[in-house]
Amino acid sequence: MNGPVVIDRRRMLAGGGALIVSFSLPAVLAQDQTAPAPAPKPPGSLANTPFLDSWIRIDADGGITVFSGKAEIGQGFKTAFQQIAAEELDVPFASLKVVTADTRRTANEGYTSGSNSMKDSGTAIQNAAAQVRELLIAEAARRLNLPAESFRTENGAVIAPDGQRLGYGDLVAGDMLHVQAQPKSRLKDPATYKVMGQPVPRVDIPAKVTGGAAYIQDMRLPGMVHARVVRPPSYGAQLTECDTSAIERLPGVVKVIRNGNFMAVVAQKEFQAIKAMRALSMAAKWRETPGLPKQDDLPRLLTGLPSQDAIILERSDPSAIAQKTIEATYTRPYQSHGSIGPSCAIAQSANDAMTVWTHTQGVYPDRQGIAEMLHLPPASVHLIHVEGSGCYGHNGADDAAADAALIARELPGVPVRVQWMREQEHGWEPFGPAMVTKLKASLDSNGAISSWNFEVWSNTHSMRPGGAGSMLAAQHMAQPIPLPAPKPIPLPEGGGDRNAIPIYKFPNAHVVHHFIPAMPVRVSAMRALGAYHNVFSIESFMDELAEIAGTDAVEFRLKHLDDPRGRAVIEKAAQEFGWQKGQKAPPDRGFGFAFARYKNLAAYCAIASEVEVNRETGRPRLVRAVAAVDSGQVVNPDGLINQIEGAILQSMSWTLYEAVTFDDTRITSIDWQTYPILRFNAVPQKIDVHIINRPGQPFLGSGETGQGPAAASVANAIANATGKRLRDLPLTRKKIKDAIDA
Amino acid sequence: MMTLKVNGHDHQIDAPPDTPLLYVLRDELNLNAAKYGCGLGQCGACTVIVDGKAVFSCVTPLLLLEGKQVTTLEGLGTIDAPAPIQRAFMEEQAAQCGYCIAGMMMRAQALLQKNPKPTDEQIRAELEPHLCRCGTHMRILRAVHRASHLMDTASSSSTTIGSAR
Repeated sequence: MNGPVVIDRRRMLAGGGALIVSFSLPAVLAQDQTAPAPAPKPPGSLANTPFLDSWIRIDADGGITVFSGKAEIGQGFKTAFQQIAAEELDVPFASLKVVTADTRRTANEGYTSGSNSMKDSGTAIQNAAAQVRELLIAEAARRLNLPAESFRTENGAVIAPDGQRLGYGDLVAGDMLHVQAQPKSRLKDPATYKVMGQPVPRVDIPAKVTGGAAYIQDMRLPGMVHARVVRPPSYGAQLTECDTSAIERLPGVVKVIRNGNFMAVVAQKEFQAIKAMRALSMAAKWRETPGLPKQDDLPRLLTGLPSQDAIILERSDPSAIAQKTIEATYTRPYQSHGSIGPSCAIAQSANDAMTVWTHTQGVYPDRQGIAEMLHLPPASVHLIHVEGSGCYGHNGADDAAADAALIARELPGVPVRVQWMREQEHGWEPFGPAMVTKLKASLDSNGAISSWNFEVWSNTHSMRPGGAGSMLAAQHMAQPIPLPAPKPIPLPEGGGDRNAIPIYKFPNAHVVHHFIPAMPVRVSAMRALGAYHNVFSIESFMDELAEIAGTDAVEFRLKHLDDPRGRAVIEKAAQEFGWQKGQKAPPDRGFGFAFARYKNLAAYCAIASEVEVNRETGRPRLVRAVAAVDSGQVVNPDGLINQIEGAILQSMSWTLYEAVTFDDTRITSIDWQTYPILRFNAVPQKIDVHIINRPGQPFLGSGETGQGPAAASVANAIANATGKRLRDLPLTRKKIKDAIDA
Repeated sequence: MMTLKVNGHDHQIDAPPDTPLLYVLRDELNLNAAKYGCGLGQCGACTVIVDGKAVFSCVTPLLLLEGKQVTTLEGLGTIDAPAPIQRAFMEEQAAQCGYCIAGMMMRAQALLQKNPKPTDEQIRAELEPHLCRCGTHMRILRAVHRASHLMDTASSSSTTIGSAR
């Protein structure tokens, strides 16, 4: 879930500086042909935001605040960050406060996406905390005129050799922490960790289970009014007429807003706004244009659209001889983020400035988009992240923020709360893109893969804001801002080609990314981006090849994998599952296995699963799953387990049930009836997650790690149970039944 | 104007009779726990207890509630003095984003009030109307079992205290 990271603070500071750099650099190179090595940068997000007090501040009374530019979206990293800071600062966990994503208070860390928060922000906080601790020790040493080595820290204080305690609050003075981070920090020895590595209970859960104000939906500002938008019935629909006079007279209605194709109602109370929205919706007449593709024909449509093609892997070894070749096509439909809470935002306009409370994953990029939409300088727009319902990528959050801002501009001084309706979230959110993969591979005489061809067709996987054109409100207003041209996300992270390059060693390999600019359906980032479908495809096809080779699925993977950490998670998952070579599942059940290293550079995850298939109905059920994960140094093991458990269940739901539906004009999956997801009757008996901790190794993140392996593991288990290979997602009851009967 | 009894207190409510209970709770009484999820009774995020039964507050109009007892998650316990079901969800860390959790807890609470020792199958069947998108289901199930255990311990220990007196 990546996109353009907009470092606008730096841009503002740079001003004319960029000009100097562009002239001075070639001059230096002309004088000295050996270019000087670039100065080493501090790790994680410290590289872009190097001042220590951007991350950690200590008050005179000893109160410590940690700042992160990432947004807590239910992953629990706020707790993990607090653990990291407590550990490296040597202070009690409970004495810290963590402030997240706020354009006036925190670093610009771009989007909270790509399982990058621990790597970017966690690493920055860890190093900043370690360096702050060093500075505090140095200050104590200076005051007592003793060598720094003779001091230690404990419980928020520096302890002198004679036992004298110098509290952090007493030591910190003036701009002491306003210094740039050093490239290297003296981090603690992981063997001595007291807080990191512990399953510390999450700081946000008590409020969430007692009715505290835990979400943006729960915010109530003085004088706040409630708004609802009336969206067009379909993409591109034009408002032809709308008599709003009757609606303006409805009880509680404060204002009816029409700005081109953007319409909204504002009322004193929330249900008044909903009633007015319904009336306005009835009054509005639209001209619609049928522009959607045929849903049944998506794979042909996608592979037929113009594409920008890039060969992203080319490996050749003529000595590897093909004996047997197979090929297969895998497809994925458009899928919905499916947040349980529809998107919500609050905005307040005052004196040519706008404040927006939002559950966006990127306060800085969103600020830029909203500023552009309102023709305000970015500095006059203040975005504050407040947690919302889980988003799993780019859902309606950013659009709701823009909606609130556009409405609030019409009501100066008044805080305006907008929440989307269920059908708006389902109908208008940007979906996870449909994808097609075509695979072809050969086995040599030893049953090893001698050649591998992989082609993937996909739209972009990020249309996140930055520019206003990504936001519905800006697209719909009278002076619309056009949708920006889609761009592929570059490798090594990749978008449609995320995880398209196999991690296995194949002597001949050819991988092509067909990037499709045209987007007939609104799409953007959804948890794991292209990795979900690419890993589903690769790991399904690995099983198809293993079967032809007559080799056990786990053994076949190990045979093609050198990476020792990858091998370790495969072996761990297999062992804990009780995977046996030559095993046979109980009647009507199947075993499946899959593995991936997310983005080929982040966490490793292997998942073994057991699926039951009802042969009469075709209905599949995941009975149990066992996962092994290596996410580097573990900060909160229970948080990591929670993420992987969730990934398995959510990915299983995508894989078995989910597809956005549409006719030639409108999206038709607009609620939980028309877009069914996992319910309790299909929840497994058991999920076990085993962590392979790597003390002292970099944080690798975990949020998106499980999506691909879970999908393929379930698909492989279905194939094992039925003897039939299904390649078109979702693997529905009906498709399984038809395959059994075929 | 009508009287609505919520969490043991009478409230005078001035809202049209077709107003769904959800908006009365959130907008008139400033309660947070019941959440808007779908407005259609499809997801369970808005669930509260009315006279001992779990109901979708998003599709229950105010006019049906005269003389009835409404209980929300706020009525069970507080952050400092959590009810057994709240303690159980904390102890099992049974939330990711947590948006669905308050509704889940209310239906589980209603189940435990009438069936203190439900089987795993009974809990699953009872929670069928509820959606969780983060995939926290395994923890939710464990938390309901734990709540059943905690309630049992609480009632037996209070009996012990009572008999010791």
